Amino acid sequence: MSQLPPSVQYPEEPVVPDEQAAPKQGATSALAQELREGLFKDAKNTIVTLLFAGIFVYIGTRAYTFIFDNMKLTGDGSLANSWLVIDQNLTAFMVGSEFGRTGIGFPMLWAAIYLTAMTLGFATGPEKGEEVDPMPGRTRASIIGPALLGAVVLMTLTDTFTPKLLMALIPLAFFVGFKGVGLLPEKVMVHKTKILVVLAVLIFLLETGFEPSNVDSFGGLMLTINAAFISIVLCFPIGIVFALLRRSTFGLLRPVAVVYIELIRGVPLISLLFMGEFALGFFLPPDSNPLPSVIRSIFMITLFSAAYVAEIVRGGLQSVPTGQMEAGQAMGLSPLTISRRIILPQALRNSIPALVGQFIALLKDTTLLIIIGQRELLGISAPLLQNAQFRNQGYAPEVYAFVAFMFWIMTFSMSRASQRLETKLGVGTR
Amino acid sequence: MSVTAPIPELRTEQKPPLYRDVRVLRWVGQLIVLGVVLGFLYYLYSNVITNLESKGLPTGFAFLDGKFGSAIPGIDDAADLTNGGAFIAGFMNTVRVILFGIPACTLLGILIGIARLSDNLAVRSFGTLYVEAFRNIPALVWIFLAYFAISLSVLPRIDDAPTGGGFVISNRGIGIPWLNPDASRMTFGLMLLAGFGVVWLVLRWRRSVNEKTGEHSRGGLYGTLAYLLWIVVAHFVSGEALLLEGSEVGANARNIVGGMTVQVPYFALTLALTLYTASHVAEVVRGAILAIHKGQSEAASAIALTTFQRYRFIILPQAFRIMIPPLANQYLNITKNSSLAVAVSYVEIAAIFSREANNAAPAVQAVIVLMGLYLVFSLSISFVANFFNRRLSLETR
Repeated sequence: MSQLPPSVQYPEEPVVPDEQAAPKQGATSALAQELREGLFKDAKNTIVTLLFAGIFVYIGTRAYTFIFDNMKLTGDGSLANSWLVIDQNLTAFMVGSEFGRTGIGFPMLWAAIYLTAMTLGFATGPEKGEEVDPMPGRTRASIIGPALLGAVVLMTLTDTFTPKLLMALIPLAFFVGFKGVGLLPEKVMVHKTKILVVLAVLIFLLETGFEPSNVDSFGGLMLTINAAFISIVLCFPIGIVFALLRRSTFGLLRPVAVVYIELIRGVPLISLLFMGEFALGFFLPPDSNPLPSVIRSIFMITLFSAAYVAEIVRGGLQSVPTGQMEAGQAMGLSPLTISRRIILPQALRNSIPALVGQFIALLKDTTLLIIIGQRELLGISAPLLQNAQFRNQGYAPEVYAFVAFMFWIMTFSMSRASQRLETKLGVGTR
Repeated sequence: MSVTAPIPELRTEQKPPLYRDVRVLRWVGQLIVLGVVLGFLYYLYSNVITNLESKGLPTGFAFLDGKFGSAIPGIDDAADLTNGGAFIAGFMNTVRVILFGIPACTLLGILIGIARLSDNLAVRSFGTLYVEAFRNIPALVWIFLAYFAISLSVLPRIDDAPTGGGFVISNRGIGIPWLNPDASRMTFGLMLLAGFGVVWLVLRWRRSVNEKTGEHSRGGLYGTLAYLLWIVVAHFVSGEALLLEGSEVGANARNIVGGMTVQVPYFALTLALTLYTASHVAEVVRGAILAIHKGQSEAASAIALTTFQRYRFIILPQAFRIMIPPLANQYLNITKNSSLAVAVSYVEIAAIFSREANNAAPAVQAVIVLMGLYLVFSLSISFVANFFNRRLSLETR
C-alpha cells in the first residue's frame, strides 16, 4: 500500500574523498579522525552526541534484556524463558497450523525450499563470459548480513538437529545455482526467462504437493511468501498492459486504463480484500463453485498491485526520449515491435528502483490477509497466543517482535539488493 | 548523355481499401476491445443482479436506511443508527485519525529526514536506524505491537490508574481535559476555523502596509497575535469554552467520566501509523533536500547563516516544492492505512463495513459505499495537493 515515490531513490551515503583531503596516516587514524569530525567537532556537537549516545545505550540495554534476559510465567505457573513461545511454535510460524492436513509432507517442502534457493542463485549468478564488477564489501554485508542473522536466529530456536542441518544446506543450494549458471552454454542461457518460469511453476507445484488447491491450507511464512510472490508475478504483465494503454493514443481505451488505475489507487487494499471475501462470489455466474479464500485474496492483491505497477511503468515510459520511438519508426518497425524491443526495455530499467519498492510494499501488504481471517505470518500469532500455555501471560511482545523481525529481514535485504541492482544497471547514469 | 528516371508520383489519388486503412483499423480494433470490456462488465453486473435476487437480497441501496444494531465506542446510541448513519460515524472516526496523523507524521518526518543528513554521526545513525526499522516492518505489525504489546500491557488497569490535573491514564482509555461541556463547542470550533480567515485579512493588511510604506510587515507576529486574540473572543462568544473540564475515574471504577476519553485502539493506531508514515516522509524529505543543488547550501554557509537559518530560509522552501507530490502520496497512504484499524477494533469505515457485511447487508453495495467513502478522501487530498503544487510550482517558460 505504501508506494515508494519514484522520485526517492536511495543513494549510497555520500562518499567523502577523505584520502585526497587529509594526508594518509594509516587506516586507524583516518577512522579516528572521521569519528572525531563526526562526533566531537565542537561543544554543541559533543552535547548532541552524548544525548544520542544516551538514547542508544537505553535502547541497547532494553533490547538486550528483552532478547537475552527475559523470563515469564507459563500457564502451569513455572518460570521459563519467554522465547519458549516462539521455540515451541516455530513450525506453525513457518508453515501454519493446517499444514499437516495438506498431506504434502516435509520432504516435499524441503525440496521446494532447496529448489527456490537454487533458482535464486540461478537468477542472480553471473553468466558465462559476463564481467563481474566487484561489489563493495559494505553492500554485500548489508544484503547477506540480515539473511545470515535470520538463519542464525531460526537455528537457535529449533531444538533438534535435523532442521538445523537442513537449514544449513540452503546456502549450499544457492551456491550451486549461483556457480552453475556460468557453466551452462550460451545456447541454453538464451532461454533464461523461460527456464525461470518453469522453475517457478515447479516450485509452486512442489509446495502444494502437485495439488494447487492445497494453497488454501497454507499458513505462516509460507503463505506470506507464496501470496506475495504469486501476486508479484501476476501483477507485473497486467501493470505493463495498463501502463501502455494509458500512454497510448487509443482514444477509446485510454479512459478505461485511467479509470481502473485511479479507482484502485484511491481505495485501500483492505476494501478490495473485503470485496474478494464478501462480494466476489456475486460476480461469478450463478451456481459456480466458490474459489478458495486464499486464491480470491491473491486475485484481489494482484488487481490492486497492478494499478501501482502501471503507474510506475508509466513513469518509466515517460523517461524514454521520444527520439527512441522516432528512430524505431524511421527503421520501419511496427508499433508493437517498437514497444517491445525499444521502449519497454529502457522504460523497465528506469523503473526498477520504484518497482522493487512496490514489491516490498506488496510483501508488507500481505499482512492484511489477517483481517479476512487468513493465518499468514502475522495472522498465525493470535491463535498461538490463545494457547493454554501462553494465554494472558503477556507473551504478545515476544510474538509480535519475532514477526516484525522476520519481515524486517526480508524487506531490508530486498531493498539493499535493489540498490545493488540499480548501480549494476546504471540507472540514472546512462 | 544522362538518363533521368521519371520521378514517381508521391501521392496517389487512390485511397487504400477500408480494411487496409490504418486509421480505420485502429478505431475498429478499439471499438472491438471496448465492446469486449463493456460486455464483460455487463456480464458481471447481470451476474450480481441474478445472484442477489436468487439469495433474496435487495438490489438497491435501501439497506443504508436499515438499522445498524451494533455498538460504537464513543457514541452512546450507536445501535439505533441506520447503516448509512453508521458509515458517517465511521467516516468521522477516520477523520479523527488523519487529523492527528498527518500533521504529526509530517513534523516527525521532517525532523528525521534532516537528522539523516546531519554532520553528526550519532544523529545520522539515529535517523538511519529509525527509518530502516520503521519502514521495513509492515504498518499492521506496528499497529499490533502498539496495541497488544505496548498499550494493553504497559497501561495500568483502571483500578490503579494514575490520575491528576484532569488526566487519567488507564487501559480503558486515556482521559484528557477537554472543552467546557456547558459551552457551545460547535460555535467554538467554527470560530477557530473562521480565525484563519481573520489571520488572512490581517496578513493582507500588513502586506499592503509593507508595500505602501516599506515598513517591515512582521506577518508572523501580527498573525499569531490576531489568532490568539480571536481565540479569546471565541472563548467568550461560545460561553467560556476554555474553562476545561478534567477527566476522572467514574464512581464504579469502570469507566472514565468528564473531559475527553481517548480510546486505547485509537491511541495505538494513531501512534503506530504516525511513526510508520513518518519514516516514509523522512525519506521523501531527505530525497527532496538532496535534490536541491549543493551550491544553495554552500551559498548559505558563505553568507554565514546558521544551520537553522540555512534550512528555514534556503533549503526547506525549495525542497518543499519538490516534496509536495510524494508527500501527498504519503498522506493518501496514512488515510488508506487507517483502514487497518479494523484489526484493533477501532470502529472506522472499514470496521463499519465488516460489521454490516456480517449482519446481512448486501455485500456488493456495501463495498461500493466503502470504496466511495475512501475515494472522497483520496480526491480531496489530491485536490488540495494539486492546488498547492500549482501555487508553488516554479514559473518557467
